[in-house]
Amino acid sequence: MAGAARRGWLRRHGKWLIILPPLLYLLIFFLIPFAFALVISFADTAVRVPPFSDIVSITPDWHLDLTLNLGNFKYLFTDEVYGLSYLYSIKTAFFSTVICLALGYPMAYAIARTSKSTQSILLLIIILPFWTSFLLRVYALEGIIRESGLLNSALLWLGIIDHPLQIMRTTLAVYLGIIYSYLPFMVLPLFATLEKLDHSLLEAAADLGSPPWRAFIDVTLPLSMPGVIAGSMLVFIPAIGEFVIPTLLGGPDNLMIGRVLWDEFFGNRDWPVASAVAIVFLVLLVGPIALYQHYSSKQLES
Amino acid sequence: MQERIAPLLITILCLGIAILYVPIAVLIGYSFNASALVSVWGGFSAQWYLELLHNDQILDAAWLSLRIGVVVATGSVILGALAAIALVRFKTFRGRLLLTGMVNAPLVMPEIITGITQLLLFVSMLHWFAWPHRGFTTIVIAHMAFCAAYVTITVQSRLQSADRSLEEAAMDLGAGPVRAFIDTTLPGIAPALASSWLLSFTLSLDDLVISSFVSGPGASTLPMVIFSKVKLGVSPDVNALASLIIVLVGACVLAAGYWMRLADQRRIADAQLAER
Repeated sequence: MAGAARRGWLRRHGKWLIILPPLLYLLIFFLIPFAFALVISFADTAVRVPPFSDIVSITPDWHLDLTLNLGNFKYLFTDEVYGLSYLYSIKTAFFSTVICLALGYPMAYAIARTSKSTQSILLLIIILPFWTSFLLRVYALEGIIRESGLLNSALLWLGIIDHPLQIMRTTLAVYLGIIYSYLPFMVLPLFATLEKLDHSLLEAAADLGSPPWRAFIDVTLPLSMPGVIAGSMLVFIPAIGEFVIPTLLGGPDNLMIGRVLWDEFFGNRDWPVASAVAIVFLVLLVGPIALYQHYSSKQLES
Repeated sequence: MQERIAPLLITILCLGIAILYVPIAVLIGYSFNASALVSVWGGFSAQWYLELLHNDQILDAAWLSLRIGVVVATGSVILGALAAIALVRFKTFRGRLLLTGMVNAPLVMPEIITGITQLLLFVSMLHWFAWPHRGFTTIVIAHMAFCAAYVTITVQSRLQSADRSLEEAAMDLGAGPVRAFIDTTLPGIAPALASSWLLSFTLSLDDLVISSFVSGPGASTLPMVIFSKVKLGVSPDVNALASLIIVLVGACVLAAGYWMRLADQRRIADAQLAER
């Protein structure tokens, strides 16, 4: 009897044994931490462990005391370092994304036009760097662009320049780093949409007298928009928050928000201000992330 | 029907691939440089590789990172596979939208935000429950959250394309749903599980930002040690270490990819044989 009852219970509620572990795990260790950041962004710094004051406290005469310090947010808007680094990060991420798209679209298009067996080899070549270390690839790039690196040596040898170019610690190095690191993220979603493209549509356009460039603009480009947006967001969003690339390749001027956040946390040990920076950052990202979710789920369905 | 591809497209494709690979090739080349000066070629030598074997700081960090990677990969495959099954097989349940959002968000969320928020959680937890202490445990927990998301995406697409008729047949023959799933569908998604284990392992092995936030004193992972060295510039022993990691990971991924391709082909051949 007990066995039958247990089986009945399992049949009705068994699916929760599958749903709950990942749901609870991600809830506790991914989503709820954002609530902690929000709460701590209203705290004061304090000399103790952990280094911030309590928001809620109980006074000796049993009053619940809620202290919200809005000063951290006010500070973000008065000290122009934060505003400037947000803007600078958005600008850097935007132009890197555009260049990645300009480079990645033809690549994805070319791969989609090859035979199935060539496709799988080319895709492997594109994906492989993504599997190997991100940090180490940024480091490898330094070997190319530093003053005595391969690029300068080659240009000097060819006689194109007569003294080494200063690329390291410049904005150009940051752009190169982001493009180099994130290119695979652009190519893969673009390939996924371009591969599914119905070629009879292009033939129809050609039959109706449309030149190839016109057919591309009228047919291919609109149909590949989900890939364009998913790929762009996969580059744009992480690039805004990039820390490793501006730190290793950039100079002191390349103050991206990831670096400011890192310094606030480890350098100044001002956790409440760092939390406030993170919360404002997250609010800025809600739009792009929603856009990405929408288009990537669309891609998954089709 | 093979069409001609414009030469310009092929040129850009080659350029893109060159951008991806030339820095790695140069790095590996320089790792065999005998000279301690990174800009001067002093002849071929493997001395920097031998020196790695005597560097306790690097060996300790590598051992820590490997242990973290194995635990993270195993845990994330379990969590991620459960999430994928939930999302593909149960079309309606309370929290479905929440779960969908939580498996997609870590893929694009800047690591620095994830790292800070998770550290704040761990610090508060330690304050209240005296657990978890920052180090191995917190790094594993934090990595599993974003690795599980990658696993879910990989397994989800595989599960969606899986044929359910065999599973239904098994249930008609009296197998319970779990038994039927394990006997029929699981072998089909096994390659996806294997590749997402490997992906989680490499993602964990490579993570710098999240580890730096949630780690505590005395627990430095390999990327943390490399980062502190690299900040000072290019050095020959990091060249050797970096080449070693890139080649090992690359070889593992290629081998696993080849093996999965074989397994897939065998499965398809079996299916064709069965249809005849």
